[in-house]
Amino acid sequence: MKKLQILGTGCAKCTKLAETAEQAAKSLGVEYQLEKITDINAIMNFGVMMTPALVVDGVVKVVGKVPSVDEMKKLLG
Amino acid sequence: MSSGTIGSRIEGMKKELKVFGWIAGVFLVAYFLPLANPKINAAILEAFKLLQWYVRNHTLACVVPAMFIAGAITTFLSQAAVLRHLGPKANKVTAYSVASVSGTILAVCSCSVLPMFAGIYKLGAGLGPAAAFLYSGPAINVLAIFLTARVLGFPIGVGRAVGAIAFSMLIGLLMALIFRREEQHRNNVQPQTLPDDAPHRPLWKTSAFLGCMVAFLVFSDWFNPGNVIVQTSDGGRFAAVTLQETKDEVVFQLQQDWKGQASGEKVTVPKREIAQVEEAKTWVMSVYHARWYLAGVMGLAVLLMAWRWLTREEVNAWMSNTWDFSKMIVPLLFGGVFVTGFVGALLPDKVVAGLVGDNSLLSNLVASVIGAFWYFATLTEIPICEALRKLGMHSGPMMTLLLAGPALSLPSMLVLRSIMGLKKTVVFTVLVVIMGTSTGMLFGHFFP
Repeated sequence: MKKLQILGTGCAKCTKLAETAEQAAKSLGVEYQLEKITDINAIMNFGVMMTPALVVDGVVKVVGKVPSVDEMKKLLG
Repeated sequence: MSSGTIGSRIEGMKKELKVFGWIAGVFLVAYFLPLANPKINAAILEAFKLLQWYVRNHTLACVVPAMFIAGAITTFLSQAAVLRHLGPKANKVTAYSVASVSGTILAVCSCSVLPMFAGIYKLGAGLGPAAAFLYSGPAINVLAIFLTARVLGFPIGVGRAVGAIAFSMLIGLLMALIFRREEQHRNNVQPQTLPDDAPHRPLWKTSAFLGCMVAFLVFSDWFNPGNVIVQTSDGGRFAAVTLQETKDEVVFQLQQDWKGQASGEKVTVPKREIAQVEEAKTWVMSVYHARWYLAGVMGLAVLLMAWRWLTREEVNAWMSNTWDFSKMIVPLLFGGVFVTGFVGALLPDKVVAGLVGDNSLLSNLVASVIGAFWYFATLTEIPICEALRKLGMHSGPMMTLLLAGPALSLPSMLVLRSIMGLKKTVVFTVLVVIMGTSTGMLFGHFFP
C-alpha cells in the first residue's frame, strides 16, 4: 500500500497532478491511498517551496511540475 | 480495492455541490431580477454592450495570444532557477533584487504566489525578500504590464511596473527592519532540493522564442489612436481623436479649439454634417495599417522555432498549460467585464467621481483600501479600471488601485495570517495601503 500525498493549494495543476498519480498507480496495479494537503504550513513542513508537489510514503518525489503518466509510473514503480 | 475511492467520492460530492450551487444561483437571479425597473434594464443592456466591446476589441488579438504566452512562460522558464536565488544561503542584495523583479517571468497565476511566498519566508531568504516578492509578484508579470499599457495607456503601464518594483523593495526592507528583533521561527526542515530542470537549449533560443511571441502580441494588438482631420460640410476643419461611432453620429475629442469648444472637449457631430474624415499621418498609424503583416511575420517565426527547437512533449506541455490558463482566466475575465458593466450602469457617475475623481489624499486612500481588500482575479483589474475611468476615476487613484489591488485581498490576508501571524500581516497590509496611496498620488500629480 502506497501513501500518495498531493501538496498544493487547489489550483488546476494540483488537480492534474492528482489525476496523473492515480492514473499511473492504477495502471501499475499498485494499492494506494491518496491524500490532498492544501494547508500552506503543512506543505512547508515537507520543505517544498513550489507547488504542486507529490509525496510518496513520506518522500518528496515531484516539486513544482506535473510529470507525464510514464514518468509518474517510474516514480511509483 | 484501493482506498483512494473514498477520497475521490468526497471530491465528487464537492463537485456536484458546486454544480448545484450554480444552478440555484441562476434560479435565484432569474426569479428575483426586477426586470420592470428601467434602471435594471439599462444596466443589463450596458453589461452586454461592455462585454461585446471587450470581446470585439480585446479578445482575438490580445487575450488569445496572451494565453499562449502565459502557457509558454510556465513551460519554458524555470521557476526553480529563480527560487534558487532566494534560498536560505542567498546573499541579501541579490535576494531583494531577484524577489522584486522575478515576478515579471513568474507567477502568471496568482494562486502560485502564496505558496512561493511561504517558501521564501520559511525555508528561504526570510521575511524581507518574501514580502518584496509577495508585493511585486502578482503585479508585474509581463502580461499584466503589457495589457495595462495597452488598455489604460503607456504611462500607467510603465508606472505600474516601476512603482511595483521600487516599492516592493522598500516594503521588503521595511518589514525586515520593523521585525528585525524577532527571531525567525524557521521550521527545522531542510528545503527540498529543487528539480534541476536546466533548460535543454541555450538561453538565446528561449528568449528569441518568447520575444517573438510578445512581438506578435504587440503588433496584433497595435492601437489605432484614431487621430483624424475632420472636414465639415460647411467648410470647417479640425483635428480630433475619434472616440465612438454610431449609425448617425460620431463622437470626437477635439485636439484644437473649434466652434467655441476648447481643445480636449468631447463633441458629438451628426454624420450628415461631416464632409470627410482623413487620417492623420503618423508612424503609429503606419504601423497600425501594417500590423497584420508584422504580426504574421512574428507568428511564422514562432511556428518555425517551435517546429525546429521544441520536442513533441514540450509542445504538448505548452498547449496544455495554455489551455489551463484559458480555462482559469477567460471565464473570470468575461464575467468580470460583464459585472463591471452592470454595476457601472447602476452606479451614477457622480458617486465614483465624488469618491475617486480627483488626486486628493482621500481619493487615493479610498482606492488603496478598496484595492487591498478586494479580490481581483488575474488581469481582471485592467477592464475594471477602464470602466471606472469612464465613470470619472482620476489617474492617481487608478494607479493606487493597480498597485494595491493584485498584491492583497481579504482571502490572501487570511492565508498570510496563518503563515506569518496576525501582527506581521497587519503591518504588511498597512504598509501596502500607505505605499499605494503615496505612489498613486505622486503618479497622479505628474500624469493627470
